[in-house]
Amino acid sequence: MAADVLTPQIYLLCGVLLFVLGLHALVVRRHLLLKILAVNVMGSGVFMVLLGVAAGGEGGVDPVPHALVITGIVVAVSATAVALVLMLRVKAATGLARLPRSGPED
Amino acid sequence: MPWMDVMADMALAPWLVILPLAGALLAGLWPAAARWWGLLTALLTLVMALLLALQVHAHGPMILDLGGWAPPLGITLVADGLASLMLLMTAVVGLAISLHALGYLAGEGRGHWFWILWLWLWAAMNALYLSGDVFNLYVTLELVVLASVALVALAGGAAPLVAAMRYLLVSLLGSMAYLMGVALLYGAYGVLGLQALGAQVALSAAPMLAAVLMTVGLLAKSALFPLHVWLPPAHGSAPAPVSAALSALVVKVSFYLILRLWLTVFPALPLSGLDVLMGVLAAGAVLWGGLMALRAPRLKQVVAYSTVAQVGYLFLLFPFLRAHPEGWKAVVFFAVAHGVAKAAVFLAAGTLQRAAGHDRLADLGAVMRGRLKTSFALGIAGAGLVGLPFTGGFIAKWLLVQTALEAGLWIWALVVLGGGLLAGAYVFRLLGPAFEPGPADRGRPLPAVMEWVPLALALLTIGLGFAGTPALSLLARTLAGGGG
Repeated sequence: MAADVLTPQIYLLCGVLLFVLGLHALVVRRHLLLKILAVNVMGSGVFMVLLGVAAGGEGGVDPVPHALVITGIVVAVSATAVALVLMLRVKAATGLARLPRSGPED
Repeated sequence: MPWMDVMADMALAPWLVILPLAGALLAGLWPAAARWWGLLTALLTLVMALLLALQVHAHGPMILDLGGWAPPLGITLVADGLASLMLLMTAVVGLAISLHALGYLAGEGRGHWFWILWLWLWAAMNALYLSGDVFNLYVTLELVVLASVALVALAGGAAPLVAAMRYLLVSLLGSMAYLMGVALLYGAYGVLGLQALGAQVALSAAPMLAAVLMTVGLLAKSALFPLHVWLPPAHGSAPAPVSAALSALVVKVSFYLILRLWLTVFPALPLSGLDVLMGVLAAGAVLWGGLMALRAPRLKQVVAYSTVAQVGYLFLLFPFLRAHPEGWKAVVFFAVAHGVAKAAVFLAAGTLQRAAGHDRLADLGAVMRGRLKTSFALGIAGAGLVGLPFTGGFIAKWLLVQTALEAGLWIWALVVLGGGLLAGAYVFRLLGPAFEPGPADRGRPLPAVMEWVPLALALLTIGLGFAGTPALSLLARTLAGGGG
């Protein structure tokens, strides 16, 4: 029984952990593919938190967070597709799949 | 008026999303006629936005469950005073951008992509203003981001592509933080509607964390200093109609969302500390944006840095929210005045750039003297940005200073006035080349519409100088927080 009660908490914790890991990679990594993956890891973290929320309520599983996750996945796929295309264009235009270090602002 | 009663029964709100979306689709299906679909859509959307604003003004906020499905399964559209004012501002500026783009994109083979993306962006912004729950706001926010990133990348070339990529990554980061906030709110209260959340949110850990995540995420999107680094290259390197849409409209979207959240969902949370922090960041933005605008060598960069500065004023919202119950209305009026003036400046800059073939300030003198209508538009709209009398910017800053003084926050009044001086300095720098002696040169031939549209918008900023009262009475029809 104790394990059943704990499960949603584990999902919540892992979700937050994934979110933070993704955030870290997004800031630290320089290759654009890694940055795009990092955003996806952050997204998975949020989805896992939503799953934990769905399982955590009383009276069975709440379907609304599941609907949110499905919509969220659609949004994430579209955003990833745009980001990947843009990355290829940046590579073609500059020769590097990374953002140039932001120089002095002028 | 009898026709008003007939209008009251009509559901106008969905059309503000359907029309631009249909326009985008038609522009994609008939690329050769894309510009005419765009123009038709822009005209119809403006009519709808006007009617909706009149309706809301006469009958108060309207709530519509799409297809008769109640939340959380259905999608609810909410049109209140704040939403309809933003929709109206978007529609007016949107029509001007569309007209200007007719000339700006004439003869460009890939012009239809602009129309598809621009109408899509318009639909997404309208949907966002009408959204009544935090999750739909997330979805529409992502739509806005994807459309605007694609529009920035449309210019091609290394600089716009890198700017678009940076913009996309910052925006996605912001969206993820926002979505995490949505998850936390749903976990804590089990509802998503703005009003329903506002009625329940009380001081505890989960909503506090959600508020911080959502606000910080949206701050990055609205480019508040020091999270502004992505904005000047993205807004400065895009084609002129896109720059105008981004600076005048898209920046306001994330500001609107922050305002909506703090007005409706989080009024029960204390702002102590946050208001001072935001005020300091706002002051930093006004100062830094102004200084960078004084140094930037190119016309469009100056205008882009001016956006960084003006975003600062928007975030005086937080000190005002805490100190003065009506304070946010002054900030919204400022957002509208800035939207119109900034669009006029960017469109005028685009016209000068096209005529001269470049936008290096130092070498623009001859074309500015040759294109007097456009230089005049630049001057009037610039006066609107500074807040000189007889412009909407003056009324906006008057309201801001008045609110600050009524609330006893004289330091923020000083920020507004000091920022006005800086704005004056960079606007005079923009106009400076026109007053130097030398030959006048009309530059390359341009369609007349590219000169008339910035002028019309600039004159509208003067019109806004007299629109303070109707705008504020429309804003009085806003659904505010549920207390709690």
